[in-house]
Amino acid sequence: MKNDNKTPTLDRRGFLKASVATGLAASSPFFIQNAFAKGETFRNMPKADAKTITLGFNVPQTGAYADEGADELRAFKLAVKHLNGEGDGGMMNTFKPSALKGNGVLGKKVAFVTGDTQTKSDAARASAKRMIEKDGVLMISGGSSSGVAIAVQGLCQEMGTMFMAGLTHSNDTTGKDKRRYGFRHFFNAKMTGSALGPVLKEEMGTERKAYHLTSDYTWGWTQEESIKETTEALGWKTVKTVKTPVGAGDFSQYITPILNSGADTLILNHYGKDMINSLTQSVQFGLRDKQVNGKNFEIIVPLYSRLMAQGAGKNLQGILGTTNWNWALTDEGSKAFVKSFGKEYGNPPSQAAHTCYVQTLLYANACEVAGTFYPPEVIKALEGFKFDGMGNGKTEYRAEDHQCFKDVLVVRGNEKPTSQFDLLKIVKQVPRKQVEYDAKIFGGDLGPYKV
Amino acid sequence: MIKKILSSNLLIMLIFSAVVLSAPIWLAPFGASYPDLLQKFAIFGIFAVGYNILFGLTGYLSFGHATFLGIGSYTAVWSFKLLTMNIVPAIVLAMIVSGLFAIVIGYLSLRRSGIYFSILTLAFAQMAYSLAYSVLTPITNGETGLQVSQQDPRVLDAMAGIAVTDGIPSTNLFGALIKSQGGYYGFYVAAVLLIIAFYISLKIFRSPFGMKLRAIKSNQTRMKYTGFNTKPYLLTAFVISGMYAGLAGGLLASIDPLAGAERMQWTASGEVVLMTILGGVGTLIGPLLGATLIKYFENIFSALNDSELHSMFSFMPDSIQNFMVTVVSPFVGEGWHLTLGLVFMIVVIFLPGGIMQGLTHLFNFVKRLFGMGDSKTGIANTMNTSNHTSNKSPNNVKGEA
Repeated sequence: MKNDNKTPTLDRRGFLKASVATGLAASSPFFIQNAFAKGETFRNMPKADAKTITLGFNVPQTGAYADEGADELRAFKLAVKHLNGEGDGGMMNTFKPSALKGNGVLGKKVAFVTGDTQTKSDAARASAKRMIEKDGVLMISGGSSSGVAIAVQGLCQEMGTMFMAGLTHSNDTTGKDKRRYGFRHFFNAKMTGSALGPVLKEEMGTERKAYHLTSDYTWGWTQEESIKETTEALGWKTVKTVKTPVGAGDFSQYITPILNSGADTLILNHYGKDMINSLTQSVQFGLRDKQVNGKNFEIIVPLYSRLMAQGAGKNLQGILGTTNWNWALTDEGSKAFVKSFGKEYGNPPSQAAHTCYVQTLLYANACEVAGTFYPPEVIKALEGFKFDGMGNGKTEYRAEDHQCFKDVLVVRGNEKPTSQFDLLKIVKQVPRKQVEYDAKIFGGDLGPYKV
Repeated sequence: MIKKILSSNLLIMLIFSAVVLSAPIWLAPFGASYPDLLQKFAIFGIFAVGYNILFGLTGYLSFGHATFLGIGSYTAVWSFKLLTMNIVPAIVLAMIVSGLFAIVIGYLSLRRSGIYFSILTLAFAQMAYSLAYSVLTPITNGETGLQVSQQDPRVLDAMAGIAVTDGIPSTNLFGALIKSQGGYYGFYVAAVLLIIAFYISLKIFRSPFGMKLRAIKSNQTRMKYTGFNTKPYLLTAFVISGMYAGLAGGLLASIDPLAGAERMQWTASGEVVLMTILGGVGTLIGPLLGATLIKYFENIFSALNDSELHSMFSFMPDSIQNFMVTVVSPFVGEGWHLTLGLVFMIVVIFLPGGIMQGLTHLFNFVKRLFGMGDSKTGIANTMNTSNHTSNKSPNNVKGEA
């Protein structure tokens, strides 16, 4: 065996010299110019003669929210098509006031790159960074989890890239974690609570005992808080709140204790495959057939979507919840979008698809209005922007927290579906006035325009 | 003589530094030359190099090393929140805290060897993950991940009079922002640390201490009979590699001040095992190659989509092009795990010594082509200083003799 110590080695002094030299060498070769020089140059600024601009669509392609992610991606592709003047134009025809011309954005065609968030903050940020640093995107959109949305939004603020949030329902996204570069069209847990409250009172009375199962991350926490606030204001008691890990798969260990807890209402703060699993198991455990305190046991799913309804099947029939948008709406914008989406993919869009489509159009429109891709100007064009014809009636992007305010739908799992897509029945379209709240209640700070 | 120069530490370090520092240039043709991925290469390189000190030298297969990565990240972010946005205290603290955890976990796990050791480390890792994910939410912020905010106290910064007025502060190295130069500064910080980490690992490999670790791997019982107490050596190796992981975790947080529990999940622990095996267990460079390859797959292959494939095969006629895209597309995008799995299988079946074994074969082949006889020494062997691989590939035995 060779004695390695005999080989010429580097002594300590030599090593120090070498490491100082490496350090110096390392700090000098900065061949990349500072991305934020003077004037109106900004990261990934398209050259004047560039034919295309690139947008980044960062969606979950694997994990508990993968169904939503796939549908979001379909919507993005459709939006890019419409922006470039292909297809039938969808909601571009009903959106007003619109500065969109159907020839791309500011005369440049729209291209896009995609990434997988895996519904993990780390992976989502890595994917977003790749888009910003390698693919040179001007705007990132997508995501189906508030944890991811908040993580990517923070990154975008740091990098000076626009973030048009996809499906994210946590109060924190436009609450304590709001950012200047982040915008959310989707509604939030607070609005769900305000919309659901009166319907719950009407249907279930004021003397209920609620048991919460909550997804253990920012969205679950804030939704639990908002629903608790609403139901306790009605006079309900909260028996217990239990946090469950995201993507748990098997919820039976969380459901058994409910049977003996004395609760007569189960509130599932779950989404995606988690909600499908927990609801299905709750029904299998016979919760819905039970009588507690002389009342029928009820289950409430505060946030749900048609995709989840498809997964949960008839277990969801009769269950109350809220949704941002539904394809059965009959206004012009919704009809145009459903028609266009249906022609392209053969099924109606989900609420996730709707919000992503709208966000892409809103970003493009803001660029046209601002006359530039320079983010601070685009942000100013979006702040306080009022629009109509995008499926939710009159809508406003509130300047104080970048939250969109619009009508919220209270829905019920359809007991007599007429088709495989006709799964949600709209119980009530709650007007915007009823779900508005003061922007200051959640704290947080938007941060600077220029980074 | 040539052999001596080739195997000198200085030369290895010079070549290594040159290769690492010039990575932004030579990785460009692979589409991998952007700061975030370069940083990942360097950081996970450190992680894998450190892991190799335990797994490569002693043969103890730890299935819970991501724990230390996660602990390093959380420590660093807390240092950003409480002390200062300077990365030096963060990284030092990350290494110390993960080292402390490594002492405890190592002390308990190393009471057993083989599969029992692996299972014990896995159990500790899952425990740490669950704690971070739910029980310790006030410290870790659960699934959402721990982030810095404008309102954090940052005692040292406050004493130095650095006030944060606008937005969230960024990490810096004595005033120079890590994210400056479009992110390349962060890469060079990580790269210099990788070079230092590699040098330390090289010294360990070529020290009597490294020799003892290898002896533990080849026959621990005989070691004990000769009067050695192996436990302190094992624990030292475990703690060193734990601190390497802590360093990597601290760096991850320094470049992007966010720590999430998924960093500690068993898949993350499995990843570093894959990196090491893919590159070559017990070789100096191997784990680094493995880390690079896996991160490359994860970031580049996973982002390819059909339209990009079409443009890749655009030189072919339409029908063949469509056929190629149909065949290839399941292996890219979401299917990158599939490709990685296949590569892993091929490597393990045909090259049990990892990529490094393949490179050794290649070097020898090239040398024979140029009529350099059957002298089987060379760069590949120099880097292949482990005994273990020499057991597996007879070529090395001559080289080391």
